[in-house]
Amino acid sequence: MTRPATILLALVVVLGLAAPWLAPNPYDHQFRDMASASPQPGFPMGTDDLGRDRLSRLLYATRVSVLLAPSAATISVLLALLFSALAALPSRLVAWTLSLANGIFLSLPWIFLFIILRSKLSLNTDPLVSVTLTFALMGVAGWAIPGRAFTASIVEMKDAGWLLQARAAGLRPWRIATAHAWPHLWSLALVQFRILIPAYVLSEASLGLLGLGVADPMPSWGNLLRDLQHPDVVQANPWTLAPLALLVLVMICLESLTPSRKAAL
Amino acid sequence: MKHILLLLPLVLSAAVPQQLRFAINGDPKMFDVLMVAESNSETIRYLTAGVLLRVNRTTDVPQPELAESFQVKEGGRAITFKLRPNLQFSDGTPLTAADVERTLRRALDPKSGSPTGDTLRAGDTAPEILVANPREITLRYKAPKPGIDRLFDSVGIAPPVQTKLPPSSGAFFVAEYQPGTFVLLRRNSHYFKRDAKGVQLPYLDSIRLDIQANADIALTRYQRGEFHLINKLDADSFDRLQKTQNNSVRSLGPSLDPEFIWFNQAPAKTLPEWKRAWFTSAAFRHAVSSAIRREDMARIVFKGHAHPAVGPISTANRFWVNAALKPPVLDTKGGLAQLAKEGFTLRGNVLRDKGNHAVEFSLITQAGKRPRERMASLVADDLKALGIKVNVVTLDFGSLLDRISKSLDYEAALLGFENVDADPSEEMNVWLSSGAQHAWWPAQKTPATAWEARIDKLELAQAAEGVRANRKNLVDEFQKIVREEEPIIYLLNPDYLVAVSPSLKGVQPVVVPPQILWNAEWLRFE
Repeated sequence: MTRPATILLALVVVLGLAAPWLAPNPYDHQFRDMASASPQPGFPMGTDDLGRDRLSRLLYATRVSVLLAPSAATISVLLALLFSALAALPSRLVAWTLSLANGIFLSLPWIFLFIILRSKLSLNTDPLVSVTLTFALMGVAGWAIPGRAFTASIVEMKDAGWLLQARAAGLRPWRIATAHAWPHLWSLALVQFRILIPAYVLSEASLGLLGLGVADPMPSWGNLLRDLQHPDVVQANPWTLAPLALLVLVMICLESLTPSRKAAL
Repeated sequence: MKHILLLLPLVLSAAVPQQLRFAINGDPKMFDVLMVAESNSETIRYLTAGVLLRVNRTTDVPQPELAESFQVKEGGRAITFKLRPNLQFSDGTPLTAADVERTLRRALDPKSGSPTGDTLRAGDTAPEILVANPREITLRYKAPKPGIDRLFDSVGIAPPVQTKLPPSSGAFFVAEYQPGTFVLLRRNSHYFKRDAKGVQLPYLDSIRLDIQANADIALTRYQRGEFHLINKLDADSFDRLQKTQNNSVRSLGPSLDPEFIWFNQAPAKTLPEWKRAWFTSAAFRHAVSSAIRREDMARIVFKGHAHPAVGPISTANRFWVNAALKPPVLDTKGGLAQLAKEGFTLRGNVLRDKGNHAVEFSLITQAGKRPRERMASLVADDLKALGIKVNVVTLDFGSLLDRISKSLDYEAALLGFENVDADPSEEMNVWLSSGAQHAWWPAQKTPATAWEARIDKLELAQAAEGVRANRKNLVDEFQKIVREEEPIIYLLNPDYLVAVSPSLKGVQPVVVPPQILWNAEWLRFE
């Protein structure tokens, strides 16, 4: 199952990266006489309500989403690992401070911080800068939940017999961390990474309502998924579901590539 | 047997339940007719509160209601009402000029914070109230009050004592309220109005307003027959309903509500002077206007249920619209020629001004309002033909409002008005240069341009003018100036779309609020 998943995932990434060469039309060109057209030669997936080619938009959206959502998830997971590792240090003050920071990050109304970010950005900010900042902020804001999971796992490890045995054998802390602790955390990190990707894709769609996220006419899976709010559009053209299908496919592939905790150990 | 058959239609007619049901999108905040400040309470006030006069929504002429007659006097400074005899509230207590006086004084009391009082006052000054006898009352202002008679269309006469569910002076009264669920109105058996045959109105026994925030669910419930009307449909829902229930949807033609864009012309710190120079140039605004494909917008965004706008007054407002004005014509070449005269040059695909600045601006609009987002995308695409780059930015409504009214940190905006009255004074706060809603440069101390000074004069003159024909001339000139200067570039008037159950009779829907419900006392089921 791992190989097909890898191939499919690689295919999706290649499709996204090769969008400028594969897309039959510019993603923002409005074929106004073809608005909301059904699939037909020239528009294999039909057009959206402004007459833009759905296939071209999906390819470009894949490029944005497969690059930025995993990047944001990576930021979150790395920050979470870093802070959880610090929390494992003997200092109670550090552990308490990080626990407090975690609690604060979990309880902050992030939506308002995004609104503030938007208000601080110039209205003529390049869409690419805006979307990069948005995903970066999502990545920073999102460390707290995986952070809890990592901290719990690390605390559990501290009392484990194998760790005492490693210490007794005279292994250096760095060696213990890389050779023994990391395999325990790796599968957990992958699971958290996988969970965060769709969360960020969907968050980006919601942030579009605040003028953040990916601004029109640039497509992303998130803003393409907004079409699903209109059942009549989906009924008229089932290709509207393509971004959802692609998102689900990527999630399944990531799931297949995520080793179970037991296997990792 | 013959007699029984003759009686059968009457029996069957009597069996038809006379309860009208429809949805409102939220709880009414209150039932005090003087404190209404949002649309759901406004609907209930319209159905329950008796008024001295009512503007006929089909003729736009004020007609007597609780007053059997009224007279505007002293050049629009005063108005005298003579009440009908034997008026009563829904609980049977008499309604006299003393009740009208008490209502007006409570509304005008600044401590009450009544929005009704705000419309009745002239600046900070309250009018003088004189009660001549139990059936006659006069209001007198120090100076002519614009549209003095029409003001009373929304002044409901309040009962002596405010209770949780107060008695009413109108066709219905609030009988029951279940928060989050429904408001039940019952017919007022003491209502004064009768039909030509002497039958007391209203015909309906009750009206149930279900509280339903989700418009899609409201539409589904209408399709199931649980609701009898939808007072406002969007284009997609209209088309969907037309496929299954063609006989129940109606397009009332262009609405009073325009969609438009405007440029920030205020001397804001965040707006570079060279950009402000573009926005204050009428030639620049005309060029932008002439490159917008309004027909495409109507067809694509509103599925054909919209019409290009001619100006601030919709073609639906037949009396007040300047019939000589036509919608702007698509003329990209003409637009480029106008820009060239102003020193703009098109190099490659980029328009540059005299200072060699590439012409690029941001266009803000309300996030989540799909038609406006779509219109903004179309405008951005259309303006490529002039070499102008437009960055569409959608913002939440709070941020948007803050930028266009307080911080003035924006370049161009796309929004729309919802007009609740056909009278041209309705938008006075937009057109007076001192107005807080003077879109392109709010609250000017003195008019920035000669044409704004002229608009100020025309607006004040039309509001004080008593002769309708003279007023029309002033309003026509105002519309002509707006077209010549285009401080606001009008795009479309979306059509007003409604759904009404075919079993509901007496319906005369109009584009002026409350659309289907304006003659609620005449509605009935057959």
